[in-house]
Amino acid sequence: MAYKNYCLVCAGTGCHANTGEEIYQELVKKARDLGVEKDVQVVKTGCFGFCEKGPIVKILPEEAFYVHVKPSDAEELIKEHIIKGRMVNRLLYKEDDKKTDTQGKIDDIKFYQKQLRIVLRNCGFINPEDIEEYIGREGYQALAKALTDMTPDQIVEEIKKSGLRGRGGAGFPTWMKWNFSKQSSSDVKYVVCNADEGDPGAYMDRSTIEGDPHSIIEAMTIAAKAIGASQGFVYIRAEYQLAVQRLEIATKQAREYGVLGKDIFGTGFDFDLEIRLGAGAFVCGEETALLASIEGERGIPKPRPPFPAVKGLWGKPTVINNVETYACVPMIILKGGEWFASIGTEKSKGTKVFALTGKIKNSGLVEVPMGTTLRDIIFAIGGGIKDGKKFKAVQTGGPSGGVLTTEKLDTPIDFDNLVAAGSMMGSGGMIVMDEEDCIVDIVRFYLDFSVDESCGKCSPCRIGGRKILNILDKIAEGKGEMDDIKKIKEISEAMKRSSLCALGQTTPNPALSLINFFYDELLAHIQDKKCPAGKCKNLLSFSIVRNTCIGCGLCAKKCPVNAITAEDCEPLPGKKKPPFVIDGKKCIKCGECIAACKFKSVVKL
Amino acid sequence: MAITCKIDGIDVCVADGTSILNAAKEVGLKIPALCYHPDLDAWAACGICVVKMKGSPKLIRACAVPVENGKEYITRDAELVDARKAVLQLILSNHPNDCLLCGRSGNCELQTMAADFGIREQPFAENFEPLERDESTTSLVLNPEKCIKCGRCVLVCQKLQGVYALEFIGRGEKTRLAPAADVKLADSPCIKCGQCSAHCPVGAIYEKDETAKVFEALTNSEKHCVVQIAPAVRVALGEAFGLESGELLTGKMYAALRRLGFDKVFDTNFAADLTIMEEGTEFIHRFTQAPQELPLITSCCPAWVDYMEKYANDLIPNFSTCKSPQQMEGAMIKTYYAQKAGIDPKNIVVVSVMPCTAKKFEVQANDDMSSVLKGVQDVDIAITTRELARMIKQAGIDILSLKEEEVDPLLGTYTGAGTIFGVTGGVMEAALRTAVAKITGKELGKVELDAPRGMDGVKSAELDVGGKKVRIGVAHGMVNIEKVLNEVRAAKKAGKELPYHFIEVMACRGGCIGGGGQPHGATDEVRAKRTAGMYKDDEISKIRCSHNNPEILAAYKDFLVEPNSHKSHELLHRKYNKRPVYNK
Repeated sequence: MAYKNYCLVCAGTGCHANTGEEIYQELVKKARDLGVEKDVQVVKTGCFGFCEKGPIVKILPEEAFYVHVKPSDAEELIKEHIIKGRMVNRLLYKEDDKKTDTQGKIDDIKFYQKQLRIVLRNCGFINPEDIEEYIGREGYQALAKALTDMTPDQIVEEIKKSGLRGRGGAGFPTWMKWNFSKQSSSDVKYVVCNADEGDPGAYMDRSTIEGDPHSIIEAMTIAAKAIGASQGFVYIRAEYQLAVQRLEIATKQAREYGVLGKDIFGTGFDFDLEIRLGAGAFVCGEETALLASIEGERGIPKPRPPFPAVKGLWGKPTVINNVETYACVPMIILKGGEWFASIGTEKSKGTKVFALTGKIKNSGLVEVPMGTTLRDIIFAIGGGIKDGKKFKAVQTGGPSGGVLTTEKLDTPIDFDNLVAAGSMMGSGGMIVMDEEDCIVDIVRFYLDFSVDESCGKCSPCRIGGRKILNILDKIAEGKGEMDDIKKIKEISEAMKRSSLCALGQTTPNPALSLINFFYDELLAHIQDKKCPAGKCKNLLSFSIVRNTCIGCGLCAKKCPVNAITAEDCEPLPGKKKPPFVIDGKKCIKCGECIAACKFKSVVKL
Repeated sequence: MAITCKIDGIDVCVADGTSILNAAKEVGLKIPALCYHPDLDAWAACGICVVKMKGSPKLIRACAVPVENGKEYITRDAELVDARKAVLQLILSNHPNDCLLCGRSGNCELQTMAADFGIREQPFAENFEPLERDESTTSLVLNPEKCIKCGRCVLVCQKLQGVYALEFIGRGEKTRLAPAADVKLADSPCIKCGQCSAHCPVGAIYEKDETAKVFEALTNSEKHCVVQIAPAVRVALGEAFGLESGELLTGKMYAALRRLGFDKVFDTNFAADLTIMEEGTEFIHRFTQAPQELPLITSCCPAWVDYMEKYANDLIPNFSTCKSPQQMEGAMIKTYYAQKAGIDPKNIVVVSVMPCTAKKFEVQANDDMSSVLKGVQDVDIAITTRELARMIKQAGIDILSLKEEEVDPLLGTYTGAGTIFGVTGGVMEAALRTAVAKITGKELGKVELDAPRGMDGVKSAELDVGGKKVRIGVAHGMVNIEKVLNEVRAAKKAGKELPYHFIEVMACRGGCIGGGGQPHGATDEVRAKRTAGMYKDDEISKIRCSHNNPEILAAYKDFLVEPNSHKSHELLHRKYNKRPVYNK
């Protein structure tokens, strides 16, 4: 039965947490109350990607894109849009610069214009809790093709042709992993999905599973066919409750539909998967630590070789791929490796999903062809910097990555270019900074993260990260010395050379970015004892500009530590009251006074 | 399959799977490493053993990565030395530098490496968190502050001993060594074998030092101090004085003990012979008259007894009720010797020198260990080989220049059977020498038995004893015992023929010669030398079967009456108790 309208409510984590569920319930209720439940089907979908504007509701076939929807808007949406066929203008998305009232199709929204959705193809379109909807969008057709028309060699060959590289960070060619496992003779083999997403700000894997869990199940089954495995594991963070729940529903439905379990499609091929919850240790995203964790051991890395593809889970050949990598697989099998390889750059094929966050106008998940420039992502898609501030830098690659500045904005992004530029792809986190962000402060944040997440096994990482962080803290406190730069470099070198796993080897990267690309700002901290961005509190002093202060005393009233008092003098010429003054010894640099002053008389020095 | 590669330009051919570190060893290259120990699978924690492989951009860990065919490796160049030095400095910056106050000063692997690398300054600010010492057991002290997280103790405890008493708690920089579940060591599954302390490269785990107590007793003129020395001490003590492992130091050791001021020097080997008389009789009884009580399992090893009481207490009825030689000797000193010498046992202090930290626990394990006087231990103080070496040094005794002396009579004379108690399979071999003679009524022509010897974790054999088949099993390294016990359990459950009639268990790899209280640095090479020393002691013994030891025969005639007599049971036998793996 076809409906007149389809009302898609984003049920990704962001919107879901922000009354998305209530909006859905309200829409269903109002449709029923107003007697149009046969005209409109209200559907919960995965993430639309445009999280900045959430909660989002999209109504088809008009493709009306409603943003910042509240549960109380449900009645109006049903009455106006569904019953009367009139779009609710006040809720429609508007580009800031155009000020036009309405937006037509998604394609007209700049945020989506330069995007190409392969991984996120179903996110925001289907109900992830209904296998029929996945099947309705070519779901499980790739599996059928792989199981009935293709040999394992042909599957691997197709992946090889596609040029697909691992999206988890290192960019290792996927077909090679599969091929190693395929060639390893063993009675038992495993297929593992790494859903232990952990980079600060990154949530593409989470959204993919939440929005399109079947694509992962389908891809893992194809991988299993390729290497000859019959058991799979999805290792996912326990905090990703919604994703876990949707994956559980999806595996249950897949078994019921015979696309998972025994004798899939009647071909005699068996494959099933189990979900294993991780306790949230960042290092469990490292494949050997992940496997140890699945085995019930402490999640700590082991030396490679042997590589998991040859000797992995319980010593058996194991293919481990990241969520995003798997999400590409069904489309490659369906449309062919050559199609996928036609997208992207010479050595990085297909698309990449980025989690665009920080001081950016349009926070959200964006999927673009490899080779898209940083400028396109940050300015064309992301809408540029918030509040008219200036772009300073963008951090990519998570805590292992680096910070890229204006000069790198026109770099076409792919695995190799990012490394050449001094950063890395990582899992696709992209945190944008403006002129008010202090780079020393940001680097301390990343170091703090990595120190916290070091597993503690190997000494360079366990000890070295803390040493660098301590030095950075010292610099932020205004106690830095020039010798500290040398020490950071020495420790970084030791960590990069001698750490056992990528976590330890890359922990110093942000600190090295700081030295290599922000030397002047670092020197300002060390030599001039100043923080140009005005972030490092110990390097700041607050002061009141005497001749603009009218002596209203609002700042003094707001000051939580009574550091501001009226000066003991006559009012200055033209003023009724004497100016106020800040006692630097008492001041805690909270900034309340700056916010309170209407005359911008309080300044940071 | 053999692998051929080049290491520092030298062609090397090794078996497939050989690590770069071990392949390098074949051509005389010792790649520096802190966490690696040949007893254990590579853990790859310290980051010192990094080397280069031509064509690979990254440094790799020599301890953990196997050599590949046709590859070229570089184990030393300016960059590698620099990389190793930097990691070493990082480790040092996180380690309390109170070497002079540390028990391992002088033979600490970290200290030695720092000296070898010529570390003269500490470029990185020091930081480490003060952590509490765990002195809850009478055997071992944990000082997690000194720990460099090499993982050896944890791996030894879990993988070699199967005990799982030690674990790393916390993650990242908060990682610290602690008993599992973060309880006190005394409340943990720890069996006090001390293998952790024997493998620790630094001063993070060590024996509880009781040398001061011994000096105090020796100085007290009212006390009559008697010492006994366990078999395995004599083949390892020399290592502390620069001798080769396995060199027999028996006579010089007796002399040194007299110089220290002991009034009598006896030998635990005598009690080993006594154990054979008691345990051999027990075995013959069970084997010939009470087969339902088989298999008989040996009980000389206190760590094994501790393990059994916690982990395998379903088999308590199969345990030999014999005390260990240490405890038998103590009880005999405070009764038989005391009567002969006319000394009030209250005034006797018995000190034992043991290759073992669990012996410190055993002296007060239960009431049976105070069988002579209520509330007074039969053995007052148990010290380890390491502690004796320190005492000799503290007293300024130049042991190597001393003339060899004889043991004191009455409880000192021993046979070759008694001395091989110090090595895996030795108790079995000694017992069989006597049991075969007793069952067949004929002395053995060749006393050496091959089946119980060697370093396999589990050794089994079927022997023909007077027309009857005797099936024996020998296990060493605690992790190996479970397999043997499970075979027994399965056979019992299925009502099938027993796989073993007689089982010997020693907790430490190689037996007591590899004990947790022996000088540091034991590897299989060292163990082999110590073992050879033990067998040599057997070979040079005039009497090689316990039942022919004249002092043993005299002890039964004059005092004990006969093996397994009422008196024997009072003094030389014991009970066992089920105990929980964790104390609450």
